[in-house]
Amino acid sequence: MSDEVLEAPLVLEYPFTRTTGPVVGAFLTGLREGVVLGVKRSDGSVMCPPLEYDPADSAALSEMVEIGQAGEIVTWSWNGAPRPQQPFDRPFAWAMVRLDGADTTILHGVLVDDPSEIHTGMRVEIVWRDERVGHISDIAGFAPESAPAGSERTPVSGDGVEVVSAAEPVQSVRTPIRIEYSYTPGRGLSAYLRAMKDKRILGDKCPVSGQVFVPPRGVSPIAGMPTSEMVELADTGYVESFNITRVPIHGRDDLHPPYCSAWIVLDGASVGFMGLVTGIEADDVTIGLRVKALWKPDDELEMSATNILSWVPTGEPDVVIDNYELVGRVDETTPGKTSTDEEAES
Amino acid sequence: MRDVAVVGFAQRQEAEIADESEVELMVPLMDQVKKSVGLSQQDIGFTCSGSSDFLAGQAFSFVMTIDGTGPVPPISESHVEMDGAWALYEAWVKLQIGDIDTAFVYSYGRSSRGSLRDVLATQMDPYYVAPLWPDAFAIEALRARLLLDSGKVDERHLAEIASRSREHAAANPNAVRCSPKSVDDILAEPFSVDPLRPSDLPASADGGAVMILAAGDRARDLCDRPVWIRGIDHRIDAHSLGVRDLTRVESAEIAAHHAGVADDKIDFAELHAPFTTSEFLLTEALGLESDTIVNPSGGALAAHTMMASGLIRIGEAATRIQAGDGDRAAAHASSGPCLQQNLVCVLEGD
Repeated sequence: MSDEVLEAPLVLEYPFTRTTGPVVGAFLTGLREGVVLGVKRSDGSVMCPPLEYDPADSAALSEMVEIGQAGEIVTWSWNGAPRPQQPFDRPFAWAMVRLDGADTTILHGVLVDDPSEIHTGMRVEIVWRDERVGHISDIAGFAPESAPAGSERTPVSGDGVEVVSAAEPVQSVRTPIRIEYSYTPGRGLSAYLRAMKDKRILGDKCPVSGQVFVPPRGVSPIAGMPTSEMVELADTGYVESFNITRVPIHGRDDLHPPYCSAWIVLDGASVGFMGLVTGIEADDVTIGLRVKALWKPDDELEMSATNILSWVPTGEPDVVIDNYELVGRVDETTPGKTSTDEEAES
Repeated sequence: MRDVAVVGFAQRQEAEIADESEVELMVPLMDQVKKSVGLSQQDIGFTCSGSSDFLAGQAFSFVMTIDGTGPVPPISESHVEMDGAWALYEAWVKLQIGDIDTAFVYSYGRSSRGSLRDVLATQMDPYYVAPLWPDAFAIEALRARLLLDSGKVDERHLAEIASRSREHAAANPNAVRCSPKSVDDILAEPFSVDPLRPSDLPASADGGAVMILAAGDRARDLCDRPVWIRGIDHRIDAHSLGVRDLTRVESAEIAAHHAGVADDKIDFAELHAPFTTSEFLLTEALGLESDTIVNPSGGALAAHTMMASGLIRIGEAATRIQAGDGDRAAAHASSGPCLQQNLVCVLEGD
């Protein structure tokens, strides 16, 4: 068996939409209208970007004030290798900027060519995006105050609070999250997936009780110990429980309702696992039905559990389950569900 | 207050653990620690773990790792989406209630499976900051320049911290960055994220840690030299970076005060300081004297296992006291951007 680690790309995306509330919403509405608002804190100082509460005394805050669109760099760091979702697609500085009229700082990118062109205390101003929607990235970033002509800039209106009050309020913001991973399944599942390519099903044997778990995960949950022995299981078993789905599922056009999903106990296994039952009307499936794996054609086999297309009836007599307390549970007394297996064989 | 002690600990950290799943990584450590004190899972009163779904890339990822404990029949269990040090805190509180005498704590993380810098961007404010995807190194670099500009610290001091971490880490089999490097050589490194150099940044690791806690006489039954948690507290700063004074760590100052760090001499401290700047700030926040040895393991600069580094600091400190390397230690864990949340405990031998 190859020791090479199985690896597959995994991308997680969370397309969150968040409600903004009156304070964050007013700030984002302002950005859309090209004005910057802060909020007055309990001590009279101005926080920008604004929060609905004062972090110092937890007082609720609501008095919005317009502040300047230029300010001073309080601190900065250099981002020499920008990533796709960041403010600029070429090297830039991250900075905390105290805008004129604010007492706290806002974090954003500053576009300069080289770290030698930026310093603490430097004056910078907002570079607005042309099309603004009420989002923090309506601010494209900051540029030195003497930015070259041609940058889009909206002058401070002085009536920004009124402008925002009169505008259609921003009530939600989309904050999509995308993170890429390289998934590795671990030793137990790697062996399982490799064997699948040869139409073999592997399980894990508990070193204490001898019980067999499938799919194997390198651990016996009964003993809380690593497993060291793998066993090959038959591709036959019986339906221990099932359900029938009568509504279609988004993204699974290959599944035609009504269809049967079953908990299938393989011969020699101590636990069941999930599979589809086909080759029989869904309404005719019974607990105890003997089934056999329907594999993909040999030339389509991959290192994947999808190699088993479904489970089809073998035509053998149903297994008689004599102890329903064991259904869906690990049989703690004997390896395999032997009493029912024997009945099936007789 | 009940006396609660660390009676067993194990850890594993490597630059990358690619071929084992989280449960395969953890189950040998769990088994090892339980055997070291002669307990089975069913003998243990409460189990609490710490991990992150964003790191694992899987919802409810912790439920699969529970299989490693052997939860049959069902066990009393809890989980925090935090470093394992906060799982320890929950277990400590549970032990204080008094209906149990032993607790099992573990945490783990494999940062190598994704981009840790992107994952950490998702913990920022979702309206104002996270949509810009600033990475954790850039954020800490903002704090570093504030410190340098203010004159509180200079680059040489930061390089000295990095050099000492490497020196200490040489004796730590779990350290990932342990090759010696002089202060001048570190100062000659090109910036990674100006003003931070590669040696100022944490050495990312995959791994995990397991600990058993016991109260009072039960601790003495289980272990020849239990290491007592004499004080423990955790505090949190405001989330918005713009409203915080980033030139100090106020939450760590308060936690250290409540944990009683200053009540007596501290022989050594294990600080969960991913950056040289964090170690500088935490040394100050805990009020450590110049004769206290800081991060004898090399600390998180030498091996930073996200979600376990804090618990490992407590385990490292306990292991050293158990070995007789000192009588009284401070251990610290942190969470969130720029050390937003801080846990401090004081450990003592008998």
